[in-house]
Amino acid sequence: MRRQIPLMLVFIFGIFMIFQYFVPHESSEWIYEFLLDWIYIIGIFALALGIWSLIRVSVAKIKAHKSGWGYPIITLAGLFLMILFGFTGYRDGSWGFYFMTAEGLSNPMFRHFFDYIMIPIQSTMFALLAFFIASAAYRAFRARNIMASLLLVAALVVMLRFNPYLGPIGPVIADTASWLLNVPNLAAKRAIIIGVGLGMVATSLKIILGIERGYLGKG
Amino acid sequence: MKCRSLIAFLLVLCAFTLTGAQEGIGPPDSISADSTRGDSILPPAPVGNLKAWDTDDDHGHSVTLEWEISSDDGAGQNSVLSYEIFRWTPFFMDTLKGIRNSLAQTEAYIAELQAFLPRAKKRLKVHRKGEPGVGFADSVAFYVDTIAASERWLPLHKDRLGQLRRERAQAIDMIPQAHKSYPEQGEWRKVGTALSGQTSYVDAGVKEKVSGDYLADHADYYYRVDAVTADSTIRTSSEIAGPVQSYGQFFNTGRIPVFVAVIVFTFLTVFFVTKARRGADLYVRPLAGIEAVDDAIGRATEMGKPILYVLGLGTAADIGTIASFTILGRVAKRVAEYQTKLIVPCYDPIVMTVAQEIVKSAYLDAGRPDDYYEDIVYFVTQSQFAYVAAVNGTMLRELPATNMYMGVFFAESLILAETGALAGSIQIAGTDQVAQLPFFIVACDYTLIGEELYAASAYLGREPILLGSLKAQDYAKAAVMVLALLGLIAVNLDWTAFTDLFVVAK
Repeated sequence: MRRQIPLMLVFIFGIFMIFQYFVPHESSEWIYEFLLDWIYIIGIFALALGIWSLIRVSVAKIKAHKSGWGYPIITLAGLFLMILFGFTGYRDGSWGFYFMTAEGLSNPMFRHFFDYIMIPIQSTMFALLAFFIASAAYRAFRARNIMASLLLVAALVVMLRFNPYLGPIGPVIADTASWLLNVPNLAAKRAIIIGVGLGMVATSLKIILGIERGYLGKG
Repeated sequence: MKCRSLIAFLLVLCAFTLTGAQEGIGPPDSISADSTRGDSILPPAPVGNLKAWDTDDDHGHSVTLEWEISSDDGAGQNSVLSYEIFRWTPFFMDTLKGIRNSLAQTEAYIAELQAFLPRAKKRLKVHRKGEPGVGFADSVAFYVDTIAASERWLPLHKDRLGQLRRERAQAIDMIPQAHKSYPEQGEWRKVGTALSGQTSYVDAGVKEKVSGDYLADHADYYYRVDAVTADSTIRTSSEIAGPVQSYGQFFNTGRIPVFVAVIVFTFLTVFFVTKARRGADLYVRPLAGIEAVDDAIGRATEMGKPILYVLGLGTAADIGTIASFTILGRVAKRVAEYQTKLIVPCYDPIVMTVAQEIVKSAYLDAGRPDDYYEDIVYFVTQSQFAYVAAVNGTMLRELPATNMYMGVFFAESLILAETGALAGSIQIAGTDQVAQLPFFIVACDYTLIGEELYAASAYLGREPILLGSLKAQDYAKAAVMVLALLGLIAVNLDWTAFTDLFVVAK
């Protein structure tokens, strides 16, 4: 029964979702929106489980003095401090806890932690991408065989298309780069997208019909 | 010469200013075909053959208008600048608007009172605690009175709110009835503008009854279109189209090609699954990435290092993540059998909950439930780069023998994969995000491209039923290739009858 009920629910709602796509009527839209609301509701409860998991894993690391056990302390401090600042606000000449209103969002400590710690750290992580692209490109464009050499040539042409100092060969390079991007590259991309589309439909059908049950914890 | 140009410019500017000022005047109440206010502009010819019908393939609340352009639009006097669309509106709609406004005001007032009360109570507490001095008794008395008055008023306003809501609901139900009074007790009101040359307009309202833009279904609507000149008072109205009712459809005919494709594909899938069940030997080409999974787990076992499994940034509703769940189940089972350590950091709490259940079942299936502990799968954060930082940290501290990235990935794909490569791990990736594939291909040892991610679970299990669906996919791809080729020929030979078969409405 533990498996039958989820499978039955998946079948009913899966079939409904398929038909919903073809039925524009308001009643169909209403049920669709109602079901989507459930995702938010489940998400909120799951977030509590997620935070509990994070706290448990962090505390376990601190207790066991595992390698890098100082980081979980910072994680937990950040978590609790932001919660504290987020619910604390200044109104009518005094500080207080506000759980139902948005005073906490204008708390200077909350804003400072977000604007001057969170955002710079996130930007730093994103900026790493530039260096990783360079190292990945170096590995990818090494001319080890004919295919890799072709890749190298294609990459050079595409990279050179915005170079303003190429003189008369500039337009030729730009045209070649456009052709590479719009013909062979786009053809390959579309082939993958068509495959992904068919794969999605097949996987969805397998799930709806109960053929694929891996997501339930049984292969 | 310069002076003449300046005068001409000023005259043009004056003409524009006057036109703008006249546009500020509301639309005329009646049809003014014989209006001749300007000396040089004559009333234009009206639009012809105005038709109105319920908009096709929608949820209702929308009417489509179509007309033939005025003979003075782009030809003749060439005086038509735009078309103004009018809908006959009963005065009853003003009553409804009044109820809506009162409702909004009452809601705002109640919200204000509800916000004020706790603040006032807090202030009263502060005043009572304070040292008695000048004005002490007055301020305490003021707050006591105000709070008492607010608490008395609040339920009364809530009652009024309930009453207004009931009135609004009744008024909305009466909209179709009110439209039956045409042409009495109502007037023409402008609902939109179309530029000259345009021959259609969609009067689309919203379905939310509380909105001022709500367009009720099953009400009789009447429309007219005015051909408007540069002098907005010189205009000619069309004949009236109506009554027309809007209503929602039960089938979107614009999506018939998709419906046919789904039916054909479902048939193919069921056919091959049945065939596989009967024991037919189905060949599927081997995937290097999948075959490397067992080797990678074996390597981790030999090295005594963990396996890191990343489910990506997708939600539990993404097909890529669902496919990743299935692969995780297979991997976790092998990991449990080999008694290797598994680490699964999650980005989404729902994904974490599902993944925990999958890994637990896998350990149970492998006959090693005691080896399972809940922190194998744990939640990190829902912030993209904070998640990347945490996973990268785990990679560099734990130095896993194998990293597996399966699911939906975005900008973090290369940061993760490059860090894994630096840590010296064997890396297997799979994603349906086309833009991230090049990054994985460059930085990982094996990559499952697009649909291969979905197929991976079937490959890992080698179950005939799952392999059957892969065969269906292959045949569908062959059909798409043939149709693409035919489409290419049809487009070049201008066979629109063939290409139109594949046009899908949004």
